Amino acid sequence: MSAPPEQNQLSPKQRMAIERVAMPEQEAAARSRNFEEVNLGLAEAAAVREAQRCLQCKNRQCVQGCPVQVDIPEFIAKVAEGDFTAAAQILKRTNALPAICGRVCPQETQCEAVCVRGKKGAPVAVGYLERFVADWAIAHETDSQPDRPEPTGFKVAIVGSGPGGLTAAGELAKMGHQATIFEALHATGGVLRYGIPEFRLPKRIVDYEVGQLEKLGVRIECNVVVGKTITLDEIRRDFDAVFIANGAGLPVFLDVAGENLNGVYSANEFLTRVNLMGAYLDEPGRTPVLRGRRVVVIGGGNTAMDAVRTARRLGAERAMIYYRRTEAEMPARIEEIKHAKEEGVEFHLLEAPWGITGDGHGWVGGVRMRRMELGEPDESGRRRPVPIAGSEHDVECDVVVVAVGVRANPLLTATAPQLKLNKWGYIETDEDCRTSLPDVFAGGDIVRGGATVILAMGDGKRAAAAIDEYLRKGKGR
Amino acid sequence: MFEVVRNEKLATNLHRLTVAAPRVARARRPGQFVIVRRQEGAERIPLTIADADPQAGTITLIVQAVGASTRGIVSTPAGEFLRDVVGPLGRPTHLERWGCVACVGGGVGTAVLYPIAKALAEIGNKVYAVIGARSAEYVLLARELSAFAEQVFVATEDGSLGRRGLVTVILADMLAGKLPRPDAVYAVGPVLMMAAVADMTRAPEIPTIVSLNPIMIDGTGMCGGCRVMVGGQRKFACVDGPEFDGHQVDFTGLQSRLSMYQQQERMALRASQTCRLEPPAGRNAEEPSG
Ligand SMILES: Cc1cc2nc3c(=O)[nH]c(=O)nc-3n(C[C@H](O)[C@H](O)[C@H](O)COP(=O)(O)OP(=O)(O)OC[C@H]3O[C@@H](n4cnc5c(N)ncnc54)[C@H](O)[C@@H]3O)c2cc1C
Ligand SMILES: Cc1cc2nc3c(=O)[nH]c(=O)nc-3n(C[C@H](O)[C@H](O)[C@H](O)COP(=O)(O)OP(=O)(O)OC[C@H]3O[C@@H](n4cnc5c(N)ncnc54)[C@H](O)[C@@H]3O)c2cc1C
Ligand code: SF4
Ligand code: SF4
Ligand code: FES
Repeated sequence: MSAPPEQNQLSPKQRMAIERVAMPEQEAAARSRNFEEVNLGLAEAAAVREAQRCLQCKNRQCVQGCPVQVDIPEFIAKVAEGDFTAAAQILKRTNALPAICGRVCPQETQCEAVCVRGKKGAPVAVGYLERFVADWAIAHETDSQPDRPEPTGFKVAIVGSGPGGLTAAGELAKMGHQATIFEALHATGGVLRYGIPEFRLPKRIVDYEVGQLEKLGVRIECNVVVGKTITLDEIRRDFDAVFIANGAGLPVFLDVAGENLNGVYSANEFLTRVNLMGAYLDEPGRTPVLRGRRVVVIGGGNTAMDAVRTARRLGAERAMIYYRRTEAEMPARIEEIKHAKEEGVEFHLLEAPWGITGDGHGWVGGVRMRRMELGEPDESGRRRPVPIAGSEHDVECDVVVVAVGVRANPLLTATAPQLKLNKWGYIETDEDCRTSLPDVFAGGDIVRGGATVILAMGDGKRAAAAIDEYLRKGKGR
Repeated sequence: MFEVVRNEKLATNLHRLTVAAPRVARARRPGQFVIVRRQEGAERIPLTIADADPQAGTITLIVQAVGASTRGIVSTPAGEFLRDVVGPLGRPTHLERWGCVACVGGGVGTAVLYPIAKALAEIGNKVYAVIGARSAEYVLLARELSAFAEQVFVATEDGSLGRRGLVTVILADMLAGKLPRPDAVYAVGPVLMMAAVADMTRAPEIPTIVSLNPIMIDGTGMCGGCRVMVGGQRKFACVDGPEFDGHQVDFTGLQSRLSMYQQQERMALRASQTCRLEPPAGRNAEEPSG
């Protein structure tokens, strides 16, 4: 379908007059009791209208704000014209997983942060449009499979099936290399599967994208822990190059008293039980999860928001965020904070845990908190929280979820001593994802620390290009 | 998909499965385990690799059916498949020539102990197996152990085979010198048994290694659910263990964490009983404690 041409000849003034679209969403009271997606997606007419708000700027500020430089004005122009197939093709040129990024990118600090329309009023809803186009393409199966290129005969192994690994695999396959993904878990997707909940990113989308890769000829082997089932050296013997994207899957604990009490979870464990293992489905034989009546979640990032909203959906009467800075410093996406509040999540700011107290029978009874105030900026540039003397107080709860970050999991790197790491245990690479071993490349969270989906994907793409160059140049460099 | 090549029933609720898993069979060393998921939607269940045949590409698992998931696993007939088998996980047993080693196994812990004992014997230790069970029919692997052990001592709670009582009765005799005195002890079984063994060997300062079985999910150090305190430090049993210095392990904490989901199930019941003081009744309390 094609919109009437006059709609695309709107004057800037007419474009400026259109208000930013609101995302239709499940009503808060209902959705805080189910795991279905919160955002329902834009209707076609709404998407076209939103696209018309874009001024098609010549200097393309927005593109600079996107870590993978999606051709934002170009795809949006096609949406405005109603040519969604073309819009999807433009998106896919730079972004292999737009249905995912449209949902989970922190747009407010990336593309939308620099959109000129944001200077006066609201930026163009780039993320919503991206999601709209990607969903439309999936629903209409317009994803034209690129013809499989002539096989080059090169074999590339990829460790980890998170966004970094999936993107690299797709790129390499399109270049004609045989890509094989080794995944430690029984299912693909990495954090997209076990971390980010269904109500934010339906797993059917991950399944769809993985299916597309398989159609491209990518091989996926789950249940292979590199470093245990096979070593990096064995892989290097059997493959021409390796891309490591095994994420930063090591939970950080608080190191306070009482952290091993029953009812205290790392966010990784809590979310894995629910998302990967389906604990919320309440079917016999499923992995269980504790459904606390009062749940304290410690942290202020996406992980903390996901955990607290999950706890709410599991039936918590009080689902509480405790964060040691203020809302302004919270690293979570703004939309998630807003959604959490609407769902009845309590936000307790400038509070930090001092210890976890037991009920006397091995179970958590509460958390001893201390109030904080913001002092001088720390190395992250954010003002450092400092405890206020004598402000200790107890918060009663049945479940505590610790969501204060992740670190590099040493399982693989400990078995590959030749691989150069930085002092925090992350793999050292150059800008093109090259490691200290010529045939080994790395990207995503194992290089950056807990970062974002789009950055991991960007790495996957750059690594694929670097691998291609390495292979074609006869592997010597 | 991993084919069950053979499924033998050893005793009530106790099966030995031979499973085709060539990569695991090749990489595996004694003391390591796999995580098994029988079908889509099922729990991830950690099980020790009792034995492996790298040539045939198979591993052996000895599984006690204690709950829904292990019941599902043991009921998989030969020719059918387990959906997921991942491993080998955990650190291999630290093998040392101690001299004389007591290998103490309680209940299904004997299955976990078996590959460790075998490896210890293979490098030249004199292995004395001390195995316990509720009654004669639950005594596990006595014949297999006797293939390399100097002696196999059996204790049953009802006295239907060997000594009447717990494995600790036999161990006490060993420590007292009435039986060969061990230079090191490996103990695997219910938490209470391992705690008792560690208590007995603490004063005489006999190195004691235990293999822990906390509840696990991923088995790769990602979730932290398997954490145990060892020497005052937090360890993840799936990657730092499962074997630890028994004199350093916080067994009370381990026992408590093992009861985490039982109490959830019984919460309603418990609310009416007002207190939680009874010991967590569970697999570890109920199973033959050796
Ligand atoms: C709860 C949560 C919410 C988040 N929300 C957002 C969000 O809204 N927006 C956003 O942009 N980012 C978000 N992030 C961050 C984002 O998910 C990560 O930055 C991103 O997934 C990193 O991708 P990756 O490919 O590097 O690794 P991962 O996604 O971590 O995937 C790594 C994969 O490698 C596997 N693996 C690990 N070790 C091995 C091994 N030895 N052998 C084989 N396989 C192995 C793992 O099982 C996993 O599947 C969130 C993170 C979490 C935890
Ligand atoms: C490293 C490791 C190696 C193991 N090796 C073996 C083995 O070789 N053979 C074998 O039969 N079992 C072994 N186990 C124990 C086995 O994993 C548990 O019996 C199993 O997880 C119980 O699952 P279920 O769903 O059948 O029972 P559930 O219904 O989950 O539980 C039944 C009872 O078992 C307890 N339980 C749950 N999970 C565990 C656990 N991980 N360990 C101990 N008790 C648990 C519960 O508290 C409950 O009382 C091992 C465990 C670990 C961690
Ligand atoms: S990939 Fe992310 S940052 Fe880039 S345009 Fe899309 S939503 Fe914006
Ligand atoms: S900066 Fe905003 S208005 Fe300008 S092209 Fe980009 S999305 Fe459109
Ligand atoms: S089982 Fe998850 S960290 Fe050990």
